[in-house]
Amino acid sequence: MAKARVKAPKTAAAGELVTIKTLVNHPMESGQRKDKEGKVIPRKIINAFTATFGGEVVVTTAFEPAISTNPYFQFSFTVPATGDLVMKWTDDDGSMIEQTKTITVA
Amino acid sequence: MSLTRRNALALGSAAIAVTLLPLRAFAASEKTMEAIKAFAGDAVVTDGTFDLTTPEIAENGNTVPVQFSAPGAKRVMLLADENPTPGVGTFTFGELADPSASIRMRLAGTQNVIAVAEMADGSFVQVAKAVKVTIGGCGG
Repeated sequence: MAKARVKAPKTAAAGELVTIKTLVNHPMESGQRKDKEGKVIPRKIINAFTATFGGEVVVTTAFEPAISTNPYFQFSFTVPATGDLVMKWTDDDGSMIEQTKTITVA
Repeated sequence: MSLTRRNALALGSAAIAVTLLPLRAFAASEKTMEAIKAFAGDAVVTDGTFDLTTPEIAENGNTVPVQFSAPGAKRVMLLADENPTPGVGTFTFGELADPSASIRMRLAGTQNVIAVAEMADGSFVQVAKAVKVTIGGCGG
């Protein structure tokens, strides 16, 4: 099963720009490849990602099959106050991966 | 050369060949144009100056690191011009976000990577970077 790894700072100054690095273990099967019998391997990718901080949307993305295996995504945002960064990845099969990181403003 | 029937026909077919040639050379990026149209609508997309960082030469087309930073952008779409499907990803930035991102993408071969950004004022700008790919990252 797909698993997400997230690197985020635990603490930040108010108004600091923080960078979040995410990596998901996922085959990102493009739907272009063929198996040994020449049959097309069906597409199975992570097609969307959403990050919210304290309920406010930070970034939403739509991913296409051109995203590499084990999709890496890095984004930056300004931390207004202590809160939870909630990240969700949506698979083609409808399953979701969710990760939450708390960033504390000292 | 007098304009006989034979000459006229030769001229005609040559003219047709000439008009067909550029069309064929352009067909590869037709999908890209459609994707940009779907993203920007009828708005005019002008050449921009924001940062799009790609390797000049990518040895492995399966994982090509691509990064962009488009200050003032609300949405950014990444395209790979000559992939089987040009779309790579669309990024929508909220108010907290810095309109930049970094991903790894697949490239089928040597081609242009295009980033189209919708700015806060509703205008659209694009930046393109050529990437040479040694081993393509699609099919197999």
